Amino acid sequence: MLPPLPETAITIGAQADDWRGAVRLAGDALARSGAATPAFAEEMIRVIEEFGPYVVIAPGLALAHARPGPETLADGLSVVTLATPVAFGHAHNDPVSVVLGLSATNSDGHIAGVAGLANIFNDEGAISRLAAATSTDEVLAIMKQGERQS
Amino acid sequence: MKIVAICGVGVGTSAILKVNAERALARLGLEADVTASDAANVQVAAEDAQVILSSPELVSRIGKTFADVVVIENYFDLDEIAEKLQKAIG
Repeated sequence: MLPPLPETAITIGAQADDWRGAVRLAGDALARSGAATPAFAEEMIRVIEEFGPYVVIAPGLALAHARPGPETLADGLSVVTLATPVAFGHAHNDPVSVVLGLSATNSDGHIAGVAGLANIFNDEGAISRLAAATSTDEVLAIMKQGERQS
Repeated sequence: MKIVAICGVGVGTSAILKVNAERALARLGLEADVTASDAANVQVAAEDAQVILSSPELVSRIGKTFADVVVIENYFDLDEIAEKLQKAIG
């Protein structure tokens, strides 16, 4: 099962000045749904500052995340689509139009859930469909594929 | 055979890489034990591994290893993963 994605954790057609702004939006969405504290956004930014833009795991898609800690309140996902794609500095997968935020309260339970993302995005059209979505219902319908058994 | 998928903090992207590596192996008809690790623990996790799967950005974190380092650009592209795994171990 994917980590929960409540409607409140979805932001469509957002504006971000740069990758930090885009990650912050994903963090804001997690804070809105109660999955993380507002400070979690800065933790996710720090991971990218430390390790580089490896979170851009496919063309146009970033999976922002950070270690479980005091900022992570519950397992949860957020989805942010950007009106204008931003560069993360990735060698192959820039620019990013969809940012997923991921809050995990422990690193074990988490692995099985995140793997569900493969069920969504192994369909190569999923990222552009998400980027083009105009309603939270559309986003939820696309993300529902993650609940399939692999 | 042992394969280790790494990511920066060990909670997110390595899990995706692990499940898609397993799918790519199944497609190739190969069997391997695929585990996920964060970059900090890769030396221990990959001690007896034949292959380390990594994103381009994390290669420099791996350090000395006897394993083949396979760099995956698109974590959701089973064709890319299968092709690169086959080259490394086939």
